[in-house]
Amino acid sequence: MKIAVLVKEVPDTWGDRRIDPSTKRVDRKGDLVIDEINEKSVEAALLVKEANAGSEVTVVTMGPSSALAAIRKALAMGADNGIHIVDDGLVGSDAMQTSAALAAALRPGGFELIITGNESTDGRTAAVPAMLAERLGLAQLTFLRTLSVTGDGVTGERMTDEGHLDVRASLPALVSVTEQIAEARFPNFRGIMAAKKKKVESLGLAGLGLPADETGAENSWSVVEDVAPRPARSGGTIVKDDGTAGTQLADFLAAAKLI
Amino acid sequence: MAYALVLVELANGRPAASTGELLAAAARLGEPAAVIVVEPGTAGEVAESLGALGAGTVFVASIENADTLLVTPQVAALQAAVLAAGEVSAVLVGNSIDSREAAARLAVRIGGAFQSDAVDVTAGAAGILVTQQAFGGSFTVTARAAKGTPVISLRQGSVDGTAPAAAGAIHELEVTGDTAVGAQVTARHEQTQASERPSLQTADIVVSGGRGLGSREKFVLVEELADALGAAVGASRAAVDAGYCEHNMQVGQTGVTVSPNLYIAVGISGAIQHRAGMQSAKTIVAINKDADSPIFDVADFGVVGDLFTVVPQLIEAVKARKS
Ligand SMILES: Cc1cc2nc3c(=O)[nH]c(=O)nc-3n(C[C@H](O)[C@H](O)[C@H](O)COP(=O)(O)OP(=O)(O)OC[C@H]3O[C@@H](n4cnc5c(N)ncnc54)[C@H](O)[C@@H]3O)c2cc1C
Ligand SMILES: Nc1ncnc2c1ncn2[C@@H]1O[C@H](COP(=O)(O)O)[C@@H](O)[C@H]1O
Repeated sequence: MKIAVLVKEVPDTWGDRRIDPSTKRVDRKGDLVIDEINEKSVEAALLVKEANAGSEVTVVTMGPSSALAAIRKALAMGADNGIHIVDDGLVGSDAMQTSAALAAALRPGGFELIITGNESTDGRTAAVPAMLAERLGLAQLTFLRTLSVTGDGVTGERMTDEGHLDVRASLPALVSVTEQIAEARFPNFRGIMAAKKKKVESLGLAGLGLPADETGAENSWSVVEDVAPRPARSGGTIVKDDGTAGTQLADFLAAAKLI
Repeated sequence: MAYALVLVELANGRPAASTGELLAAAARLGEPAAVIVVEPGTAGEVAESLGALGAGTVFVASIENADTLLVTPQVAALQAAVLAAGEVSAVLVGNSIDSREAAARLAVRIGGAFQSDAVDVTAGAAGILVTQQAFGGSFTVTARAAKGTPVISLRQGSVDGTAPAAAGAIHELEVTGDTAVGAQVTARHEQTQASERPSLQTADIVVSGGRGLGSREKFVLVEELADALGAAVGASRAAVDAGYCEHNMQVGQTGVTVSPNLYIAVGISGAIQHRAGMQSAKTIVAINKDADSPIFDVADFGVVGDLFTVVPQLIEAVKARKS
């Protein structure tokens, strides 16, 4: 089975994440890492591969040259090869454009299963998987917390706001996974060494066959008019419990008309 | 005037709680109209209640067994409604997992500008402006569509007010020949508001518990405080991972984002990923035995102390004031 797993490079959530007021885009000058949800997507892909002999896992990312590190990390975990979509003309893409570029890269691959994260930690649009399914004409099984793939079908539990659903579809299909899907394995030394030799194909706009007048920030579907940082919170009252803190807290809530 | 279409989710045949605010938001952008997917022959009563909530027109897609297919019937209905409506100023959906995905697919299908998780929408001279929060409310972003119809998912509980009651006139849609491959829903495991507690996304007060509770049994203390305050219950990821409560109660970057009037964090350290889901609450209270916990950096009122003595005392004091 040919499996594609889509990973994204994002600003490290442990750092100070910001939007650059001049470009109105996510500031990518700080530490960049493979999104934690995508380490889990890769794990999910590797588990499917291990359960289905003869499978191959291709890691796909669209991002600047630094995003190669995210591919290498997934290769070190055990994925087989990679596709890196990189072109200056793609800078500033929105979800519509990102899904178009990813679809162009995936279509010729003949992938029977595409696995993504449910939402990225920087954009949090949670839209690319559904858009990609639409563009590729695939059944979408999104927000899965469990996943099982056999010869011709995919089943799993889809998270909803009120509980979960059991869902199934035939292959080919697109799956997005939630953070409950699995704990990601750590790459070992052998994996890291092997990853350096694995093949990563680089694809630009020409290779994707995307017209230049549809890509990049100046052709995006939405424009950001304004970005404003949240005003800092002023320091609050901190009390050390002397045996009456619970009552003091109730007094505070009452004074603020919250109870 | 152009239509502003609202995708209405139905729960047990009734419009979901978010419907009123979606129609109120739609009324700012155009002529509010609802789009529903129903079993054939069951639209009448729903249409009436949607009229009361402000829908002048109710576009009805009658599709058999639609609830056994994931998302694709809603996409087909929206597409047909856009076609039938002629002129459409915007398409609004709730920012639930299902509706957001239907909107994303629709945007691809009709060539629309998709904007996710809006907290406000307004119509101005430059077009429709959408307000969003980035990085858990650290930044407020205002955006507008550069081309195409704006397709917007609206965060629950973010728009006040209601639209004036309207006719709720039924317009049956032709939904045929939808070729999208759908995933099958083989079973549903959902509680539709079985509990007395308000829902996390819309609650006025949220009480969340963290790893400091120590066990599932002791997590009940958080629920007791929530019930004394009429609040929803939330949790940190560490509490969810430890099995103290369900995953859909997780507040934070990879969970639910809440902005209630009052947020009470009990035994939560306040890691940056947790704060990303609650720091836009109006008032924040923290109870933690470690004075160096980062949660105190965002707290309006913090108690440094053992939650197992502070919380029971707080519950008693709240009950005493209420009676
Ligand atoms: C990519 C990513 C995404 C994440 N997403 C989320 C998310 O969505 N939501 C989320 O919450 N976390 C998220 N996390 C995890 C986050 O980093 C923290 O690990 C988590 O929030 C910690 O939960 P906690 O505060 O309950 O646990 P801890 O950090 O262990 O804190 C427990 C606290 O309880 C206090 N305590 C213990 N006993 C008592 C007592 N008797 N009385 C009073 N206080 C006591 C301790 O002093 C401590 O401060 C994410 C992490 C990553 C890397
Ligand atoms: N630039 C990208 N490159 C590769 N995969 C992506 C990219 N953007 C989004 N994805 C995939 O789509 C998922 C959801 O992202 P989003 O819709 O941006 O919240 C991510 O977890 C990735 O698997």
